[in-house]
Amino acid sequence: MTAAVRPTDPPLEAASPAASAPVASRLGLAGYLVCAGGIVRRELLRFVNQKERFFSALVRPLVWLFIFAAGFRNVLGVSIIPPYETYVLYEVYVTAGLAAMIQLFNGMQSSLSMVYDREVGSMRVLLTSPYPRWSLLLAKLAAGVAVSLVQVYVFLAIARFWEVDVPWLGYLTALPAFVAVGLMLGSIGLFLSSLVRQLENFASVMNFVIFPMFFASSALYPLWRIRESSEALYLICQANPFTHGVELIRHALYGSFEPVACAVVVGTTLLFFLLAVVAYDPGRGIMARRGGPPGEGS
Amino acid sequence: MTGGGGTIRGGPGPALSVEGVSHRFGAREALSGVSLAVPVGRFVALLGPNGAGKTTLFSIVTRLYHTRQGRVAVFGHNLAREPAQGLARIGVVFQARTLDTDLTVRQNLLYHAALHGLPRRVAMGRVEALLARVGLLDRIDDKIRVLSGGQSRRVEIARSLVHGPSLLLLDEPTVGLDLESRADILATVRALVRDEGISVLWATHIFEELQPDDALVVLHRGRVIADGTAAQVAGGGTLEAAFRRMTALEKAA
Repeated sequence: MTAAVRPTDPPLEAASPAASAPVASRLGLAGYLVCAGGIVRRELLRFVNQKERFFSALVRPLVWLFIFAAGFRNVLGVSIIPPYETYVLYEVYVTAGLAAMIQLFNGMQSSLSMVYDREVGSMRVLLTSPYPRWSLLLAKLAAGVAVSLVQVYVFLAIARFWEVDVPWLGYLTALPAFVAVGLMLGSIGLFLSSLVRQLENFASVMNFVIFPMFFASSALYPLWRIRESSEALYLICQANPFTHGVELIRHALYGSFEPVACAVVVGTTLLFFLLAVVAYDPGRGIMARRGGPPGEGS
Repeated sequence: MTGGGGTIRGGPGPALSVEGVSHRFGAREALSGVSLAVPVGRFVALLGPNGAGKTTLFSIVTRLYHTRQGRVAVFGHNLAREPAQGLARIGVVFQARTLDTDLTVRQNLLYHAALHGLPRRVAMGRVEALLARVGLLDRIDDKIRVLSGGQSRRVEIARSLVHGPSLLLLDEPTVGLDLESRADILATVRALVRDEGISVLWATHIFEELQPDDALVVLHRGRVIADGTAAQVAGGGTLEAAFRRMTALEKAA
């Protein structure tokens, strides 16, 4: 006990008339927006505090861009495919995929933080909020997207110095695409977080989700190249929602809109968000079934 | 119903009413037909050894789990039908430490205020007043990581009051603290009951924390085995002796 002031010393009511006054319970939309804002703010604060997380989130795609892409520049020629109007360097091709990779890792990292939140109990704090549970999960998703946007735009800014010249307007037109893809990957992560029992299982998420999604997509190579070697693999890549996320971003960066990709991204988001809401529902989901506090009711 | 606007304080019925609540985890029965009430403005102790079902009960009352069997109402608001109205009136201190250790005291409290829809400009003054009350105003911009166990507990108590709840639930808040911190926490909470009329459910397994005229509910293996004032339950002897007698009877039965 180090505090100089003992809690019983000051007369309580005198110390805090404001604290004891009744407070309007802001259960309406305005209150919810405050709540969602608070959740996003907390996530950003935590992100800023974890410098190594920010650093590694940036280093990963930059290593790909600076080293991998340089090495493969001459091996992987990219013909003229939409949205590019001329031959592009491999670095330019791979940038959209790497931006999506940042979001992929971030989405899964948010799911990791949900598992962590569950273990240390801050999930319980979140769920004491009076707002509907689905709306709290939505705010959590938005918070993850906000963090991923910071990472993506810093990456794009650095990539610009590496001859990846996206049209200036492209940074703006890509914003809705990044938000949509962020929501999609976040909701997949949210759903996974309900399945992952403990933090250690995150390694399997890496192996079974992140890597297959990333490599079986158009992030690193155009799909026609894959089709040349295997029709089956091509179909798998086409079925991978991450491919559509990458293509949505790639087109948006050059001011064009890819309706099929957009539909897949939106549909996947809705599906996984719904599944996550069911999983986190107090009645049906994992929170009630996944054992109880240790020792109770044995 | 007060709808979107009403005040948190007050409302019909006891602060908390739990009626016939049972809960299982698979085959394990954690709670069986538990009923208890926290009258408005009273301090009620929920006494039970580890594993008695206290935390499960807290999880149901805070709606982490649905009420499968039975009914839970907060100031008359049935938690199953009006969860928002109920949750808005509850402040909780969980057994586990649930503050963000990388964030400051102020950031933690403002986050919690936001969770209850209190905008920063309204919350700021309340946060400072509450920290003054628990004697930690001078630590407002310190990160949680540098606080002692007793100090972070007091921050958690301040946090649980940010949105002005009328019912405070504390799940073994003194676990792991030294004697002096334990006494501090207990005194703070008793003062809230005395001065503010806040209703409190205090779960504990420490007999010494109770006073003779405290309302007491004894939970053992998911069942309520005694209910009354601490003095009544003790029946002339010590509470601990009475407790051993009752649990021995349970075993024999």
